[in-house]
Amino acid sequence: MTTTAKRPMRQRGPQIGIGAADKPMNLKGSAKRLLGLLAPQKVRMITILVLSVAAVVMNVISPRILGVAVDKIFAGAIGGSMHVPPGTTKAAVVAGLRAKGQGTQADMLARMDLVPGVGIDFGAVGRVLLLVLALYVVASCCQLIQARMLNYAVQTTMRRLREDVEAKVHRLPLSYLDGQPRGELLSRVTNDIDNIGQSLQQTMSQLLFSSLTVIGVIVMMLTVSPLLTVIALVAIPIVMVVTGQVMKRSQKLFAAQWKHTGELNGQIEETFTGHELVKVFGRQHEVDATFKQKNDELMSVSWRAQFISGLVMPVMMFVGNLQYVAVCVIGGLRVASGGMSIGEVTAFVQYSRQFTQPLTQVASMVNLLQSGVASAERVFDVLDAPEESPDATGTLPATRGRVEFQDVCFSYSPDKPLIEHLSLSVEPGQTVAIVGPTGAGKTTLVNLLMRFYELSSGRILLDGVDITAIPRAELRSRIGMVLQDAWLFHGTIRDNIAYGRIGATEEQIQQASEATFVDRFVHSLPDGYDTVIDEEGSNVSTGERQLMTIARAFLADPAMLILDEATSSVDTRTEVMLQHAMAALRSDRTSFVIAHRLSTIRDADTILVMEDGHIVEQGNHDDLLSAQGAYYRLYMSQFEGAVVDEDEDPTAMAPV
Amino acid sequence: MLARLVKERLRPYLPFVIALTAFQLVSVIAQLYLPNLNADILDIGVVTGNTTYIWHTGGWMLLITAFQICAAVGAAYMGARIAMGVGRDLRGAIFSKVGSFSAREVNQFGAPSLITRSTNDVQQVQMVVLMGCTLMISAPIMMVGGVVMALEEDVGLSWLMVLAVVVLATVISLIVRKMVPGFRLMQKRIDLVNRVMREHLSGVRVIRAFVREPYERKRFTEVNNSLTDVAIRVGALMMTMFPSVFLVMNASTVAIWWFGSHQIDQGSVQIGSLTAYMTYLIQILMSVMMATFMFMMIPRASVSADRITEVLDTEPSVEPPRNPLRPSALRGVVELDSVSMQYPGADEPVLRNVTLRAEPGQTVAIVGSTGAGKTTLISLIARLFDTTAGTLKIDGIDVHDLDPDQLWGHIGIVPQKAYLFSGTVASNLRYGNPEATDEQLWEALTVAQARDFVERMEGGLDAEISQGGTNVSGGQRQRLCIARALVARPTIYLFDDSFSALDLATDRRLRAALAPHVTSATVFLVAQRISTITGADQIVVLDDGEVKGIGTHDELMADCEEYQEIVASQTGGEDAA
Repeated sequence: MTTTAKRPMRQRGPQIGIGAADKPMNLKGSAKRLLGLLAPQKVRMITILVLSVAAVVMNVISPRILGVAVDKIFAGAIGGSMHVPPGTTKAAVVAGLRAKGQGTQADMLARMDLVPGVGIDFGAVGRVLLLVLALYVVASCCQLIQARMLNYAVQTTMRRLREDVEAKVHRLPLSYLDGQPRGELLSRVTNDIDNIGQSLQQTMSQLLFSSLTVIGVIVMMLTVSPLLTVIALVAIPIVMVVTGQVMKRSQKLFAAQWKHTGELNGQIEETFTGHELVKVFGRQHEVDATFKQKNDELMSVSWRAQFISGLVMPVMMFVGNLQYVAVCVIGGLRVASGGMSIGEVTAFVQYSRQFTQPLTQVASMVNLLQSGVASAERVFDVLDAPEESPDATGTLPATRGRVEFQDVCFSYSPDKPLIEHLSLSVEPGQTVAIVGPTGAGKTTLVNLLMRFYELSSGRILLDGVDITAIPRAELRSRIGMVLQDAWLFHGTIRDNIAYGRIGATEEQIQQASEATFVDRFVHSLPDGYDTVIDEEGSNVSTGERQLMTIARAFLADPAMLILDEATSSVDTRTEVMLQHAMAALRSDRTSFVIAHRLSTIRDADTILVMEDGHIVEQGNHDDLLSAQGAYYRLYMSQFEGAVVDEDEDPTAMAPV
Repeated sequence: MLARLVKERLRPYLPFVIALTAFQLVSVIAQLYLPNLNADILDIGVVTGNTTYIWHTGGWMLLITAFQICAAVGAAYMGARIAMGVGRDLRGAIFSKVGSFSAREVNQFGAPSLITRSTNDVQQVQMVVLMGCTLMISAPIMMVGGVVMALEEDVGLSWLMVLAVVVLATVISLIVRKMVPGFRLMQKRIDLVNRVMREHLSGVRVIRAFVREPYERKRFTEVNNSLTDVAIRVGALMMTMFPSVFLVMNASTVAIWWFGSHQIDQGSVQIGSLTAYMTYLIQILMSVMMATFMFMMIPRASVSADRITEVLDTEPSVEPPRNPLRPSALRGVVELDSVSMQYPGADEPVLRNVTLRAEPGQTVAIVGSTGAGKTTLISLIARLFDTTAGTLKIDGIDVHDLDPDQLWGHIGIVPQKAYLFSGTVASNLRYGNPEATDEQLWEALTVAQARDFVERMEGGLDAEISQGGTNVSGGQRQRLCIARALVARPTIYLFDDSFSALDLATDRRLRAALAPHVTSATVFLVAQRISTITGADQIVVLDDGEVKGIGTHDELMADCEEYQEIVASQTGGEDAA
């Protein structure tokens, strides 16, 4: 159940509508802020813009110039094919044609730049073609440079964004982190940033280039033929409407597809995780049936989604083809009537082909942009979350270890008070054990001492200094803490232990490992201390993980010590051996020990019994036992069984 | 592997594939025929000034366009059906394969890995099939058709076409070849960044407690920089792609006009034909480009296909017998005779030579330190694994001859990791016995000491349970799991450290209530706290896969050193009586 299934690999190619279902709350504001991230790269961005404009202009002008070459070739071809006496003028030929009643052909020739009887002027054609080639080459270079620059700008911006978020995580109060489902926050700082990068890169490069191209092409088409331009422009609303309609439908279907995918994945996850339960409780058939049904549902909705979104391409092609036909026919008629040259028609055909494709791209970008902005919003949320109060600048004298809680109140949420008016003082070198039922506030108490949370009221003093008056790092560096949840990072066993002290020597690590029985199991691992702890932690047991965290604290050699259920998963025989090591570690240090098994804390100087955020009893083992109060009851319930089994009256068989 | 997998999975969709190919063929031919007609408009209509011809040909072009869109829509439909169908079938195949696995295979792959394989990996393959249906089929048709049509125009520039295709293919494949490993590296680095981030979130307390923020920030900066470096490199390569492709295309156009103009001058070629030829060349180059992109997706999908095939090719180690015995009822006599169990590839067996016998009504406790083989022993009895040596008999019948469903119908298991399914309290409790009445459920909850909190939950028996049971506390989850096993009313109970999250008072009450409930059943229970199992009929002391002692508490206290040590460790030494 704790498996965070790996992030689905980002799909390339057609839009599968990543996060298609989520729409940004404040599209404009967030989009602006997203673009604002690029602000430090202003110079680069302006250069990119200039280069893009240059590339588009050249790309767009080229077909027009190519058209000139085509006209020259055509004129040469027609001229060369006329078998007339040398020196005959074009006017004479045109007049001759009119006389013969071939008016249309005469009109066409009249517009041409031809010399009857003279073939293609290869010099002139060559010069024009070379110019076009040069333009193409330069345009490609501009495009290449701008694309690379944009790529650089976006990637470095993403690096900064990740950096900012990471830095932010270290400044967020724990109460904020606790309040977020872990997977949720993680997905913001990983998937969402990925998504922003993807959509920023794609939209920035394509949106810019495509919209510039559309504008440029329209301008060029107008200069060639306003009439044909109007015909071509009819495509714009058609494209917009069609894409819009298709998107709307496919978005709904994609949303349904994600929902079904989620459900199905949920079932797969559940069934695979609870595999043995499914088998033993004989549920295989039912599970198969539900799976089949969900799988079929997913298929039927996903093929629809793919089909509808797959329609964009054919429809665009259709619109493009219609345009093509219209341009060919009307262009042909215009050339025949002498209203246009053939080069202009070929240029126009090229333009109209260049036109629909970027238009479709711009239309489809909207989706991507939306999901990118929605992701950005989630990341900005994290960046805008209130931070921990700034550190005070006070200093702490060399720690002796006197701890005082003065009238401390604390709660995680205002409506549920947890710790109320708690006062406590601990002398240097004492071992304080905290016992009590789950939810009594034991862990909270030590977390407050670490200043993981801020008090609602009251003060905590360390050697007479209020802990809020000194930097958090200063306070925490004096205290070694071993948590119930044995956190190890992905790295070798050696690195994980060395985490306790920067620059620890090999001997120190070895010593700490031996004292905490880590050495014993490490030797049985094939790679010894170089064994890499993987994330699932499948290669070491929970108990062994706990031992490593103890070794880490051992190595840190702190002035004070907090052990929060540090040995809860260690088997009891190892625990007994550990006790000696722990006792050595605790000697002369103020220590707080939270323990489930009472046998491990009997020799504590003070035992605090907590219930519902209050200390209900305080004293040493013998005192508390003879008081026959809360501690006595707890103690009895743990040890009675060892002597007499299943007896209903706990007072009837006191041990000792 | 990818090819084999896809080929196998496409078989049921053969009619669809044929239809798809037909549609693509029509669509591509129509697309290719249009420039041809345009050439006619120019060469015949325009040159001779024949407007009727222009209108006529224009009409034809419209008709063909209409044809083309119909075919393209048909192709899109077929493509979507095929790809999503293949995806569904693959998911189904993996799911039912995993259903046939024993715990051994599941552990071997790991549940998270199996989940990824049946979700993300299937999606990868599905994507490739979808792309294949559109590009893989249309690109070659487009290429062949383009070549044929271009040759038809007969402008004598075939060498130019060949040159352009070769140059383009070379440029793209050079870029792609560098890009693919780049992408792979980038994915690795992304994973790395995400992992460090995940560690920072999960380990925030430790990091703060040890004041390691500066160190962690440095660690993050390193991975972040290494990701950015490769992302810039890969991005730059990708950015090189389009300008290069366009340059090749544009340069070919210019070249066609230059060389074509000479042909025109000689009168062997008409200008319309040249225009058409140019359009065909662009189309051919486009199809070359698409085909190359297709190849880009293949490496990633092959990895996925391999991972899927690996699951599908794994044979379950626990096979139901061919002629299973189905005794009408099992009493629950469990006998192990020198049973050993060794994981494939492991150096040492997890269990060695275990011999024991349990009668109905008996309670067998299993104790020992972590890794001693306690859970394995429980799993063997449930036949989640098979023994690698020795025999395991239930009521005198070798489990290999028993119908697994029959066996499982008599077993109630409470696993170490308390796991609940999404649904309601009732749906979870009825998991092993769908016919159980509400009274039976309440009865089980009462025994499991779960009645109080279920009553307090909103909806009572119908209260929602989220996946894994994460919305109830660990102790509550454990009690619900116990109740679930009780509702199934099995003859053999397997409790694998099932009381660990309970406080001692609850634990005691639960055991007291449980005892009369399971009098006629055989109960195996793995326990940590010796105090809770001293009354067991037999206590099995396991150490490192071997049985160190079997007997009652008193017997073991007398002659089993390991047992004495465990007891001593839990009672603080001097209390051990």
